[in-house]
Amino acid sequence: MKTLRQPSAGPSRPRAARRTLTWERGPVGVAVRPRAVAVVIVLSAVVFAGLVASLMIGDYELPWNDVVTGLFQAGPADAELVIHELRLPRALVALLVGLALGMGGAVFQAVTRNPLAGPDLIGISAGAGAGAVLAIMLGGVTTGQSTTYGAVPFGAFVGALATAAVIYLLAFRDGTITGYGFVLVGIAVNGMLAACTRWMLARIDIDQATRATSWLTGSLNGREYTHVRWLCYALVILVPLLLAMARPYQMLQFDDETASGLGVPIARARIALLTLGTCLVAVATACAGPVVFVALAAPQIARRLTGTAGLPLLTSGFVGAALVVVADLIARTAFTIELPVGVVTGAIGAPYLLWLLARTNRAGKGG
Amino acid sequence: MGLLLVLVFIALVASLAIGTRNVAPTEVLAMLGGDREGDAGMIWDLRVPRTLLGLVVGMALGVAGAVAQNITRNPLADPGLIGISAGAAFAVAASVGLLGLEGTQSYVWFAFVGAAIAGALAYFVGGTGVGGATPAKLALAGAAISVLLEAGTSALVLTDPDSLDRYRSWAVGALTGREDDLIWQLSPFVVVGVVLALVIAGRLNALALGDDLATTLGAKAGTTRLLGAGVVVLLTGAAVAAAGPIVFVGLVVPHVMRAFVGPDARWLVPASGLAGAVLLLVADVIGRVIARPTEVEVGVVTAFLGAPFLIYLVKSGKLREQDS
Repeated sequence: MKTLRQPSAGPSRPRAARRTLTWERGPVGVAVRPRAVAVVIVLSAVVFAGLVASLMIGDYELPWNDVVTGLFQAGPADAELVIHELRLPRALVALLVGLALGMGGAVFQAVTRNPLAGPDLIGISAGAGAGAVLAIMLGGVTTGQSTTYGAVPFGAFVGALATAAVIYLLAFRDGTITGYGFVLVGIAVNGMLAACTRWMLARIDIDQATRATSWLTGSLNGREYTHVRWLCYALVILVPLLLAMARPYQMLQFDDETASGLGVPIARARIALLTLGTCLVAVATACAGPVVFVALAAPQIARRLTGTAGLPLLTSGFVGAALVVVADLIARTAFTIELPVGVVTGAIGAPYLLWLLARTNRAGKGG
Repeated sequence: MGLLLVLVFIALVASLAIGTRNVAPTEVLAMLGGDREGDAGMIWDLRVPRTLLGLVVGMALGVAGAVAQNITRNPLADPGLIGISAGAAFAVAASVGLLGLEGTQSYVWFAFVGAAIAGALAYFVGGTGVGGATPAKLALAGAAISVLLEAGTSALVLTDPDSLDRYRSWAVGALTGREDDLIWQLSPFVVVGVVLALVIAGRLNALALGDDLATTLGAKAGTTRLLGAGVVVLLTGAAVAAAGPIVFVGLVVPHVMRAFVGPDARWLVPASGLAGAVLLLVADVIGRVIARPTEVEVGVVTAFLGAPFLIYLVKSGKLREQDS
């Protein structure tokens, strides 16, 4: 990652003042960067357009004006059914999952100061996968309609949190949460969990294995309002908590001396932020399976869009939402068969990841 | 070296003797010499092919790990860790799923190609920038490629339950359930790979000194490295085609062996081969007894032995001196 240089905030610096609108009255002050606001507005428009498009396109095509009116008021009965029962829950799950993954990814990358320390590489997704497959194995789940299906997201959630706890304990013992040692420990844990998952996959019967493999690829097929509701509950709790920690989040992107000099209790802030980030990723993964590369790519794209030195938290979430909504639209409609969304994000994200690796290496920060 | 041979022998006998039905080692030896009735029949039919496969695969992985670590001058250059195994696995899944090939004989070539491409890609991406392919960069590139290829692999096998069924029993990394003549089909590749590794072992020593010094000493660094890469691809491709992606063996074995025989490749390569065979056979035996009455496949056992070792390597700071 490039060295993080915070754009000099505050009214005393004239260069920053040109790009930042500030408003101060006594102890209260608000600083707004027009570019960041513009980016968020454009991204919201993209997300909304993607949402409308994914409501329009499918086996039963709907004109866009029907969709927009159908969203807000009762329309024709068949359009009502297609929009509200079939396509809207799925599109909303895509949006919320993307939001959670984008913000969670930003937290991981900021706190570890490593653009590659995402949940995909350090084993958190693998932990969720192992937990989910375990639930499928014990619950005998073969279809999304099985009575025990509720155990699968639960298993994934618990698996992700447990794995994260193990990795943090291993990494925190001698305070090496930043740097590549942390990622290497994660890769080791990842290898172990992947072996577990493969072992379980070879044990269970073929219907369960199909179900599990499809889950492991990250799919939004057949998501309902239950998922939307759970995602909403989780995000309503987690996002405000995270935004309340925006200041330590910004500060931790500096080196340790600077951050503690600025009055951030480093160890506590790190644990709190990582816990929140892990919860976000775990909730998203529990709902949609490990949708790879979103947590990795979204914060990096967001940073380039806003032009800030640090990783923007909220913008990352919006980029993630846009990514998953569009990727799911492509996965659903671009090919003759419906692909899991994880395949599309993987196909887009993997070349990007390799490019990112090559680039960080060239910058001499590759480890 | 003599001790290692003894260990290999013990591991072989243990692998023949221990299982759902234990047989006393002395009887095992007697049976190998003589009749094929009763228990002896079971041993000849089930355990001898399995043990031989373990021997060959373990040896291949051990030698491949030693050579890979040597030519990349990188202690984390394990074929499983840097994406070579995932490449072979993806190629096998593609050949089974898209081309409908059956039988190891037909997809072993795909395994070679996949292994070569993935390894080259990991080395290329990991090798950019200052200091070449440092341990962390190479492992990261390999992990990224593995994640990508695994996603691709599961997308491939999802379309067809039959290939998923075949793929999952292969991907777990097991020595059982293979065709009987598999061992005879793959042994030539492994033999060629091991012999080649032993032949170039002397030149590998020169390579360890750095490219400039190696060239000064008269060793052709480029040629040696290419030959070494060929050995790694050959051995890993064969091992993966036979037993599935078994990770961490190629990482652990050369490290442990280096502590005993020192860094001289002429000793390290054969020692790693023998120790790899021991590790794989012992892991297989552990897998048989640990979860009776079922079995845990050898790939799972090696992952659980190898991952803590990797964590130990990272924690002990042994990687740092070679880091850039």
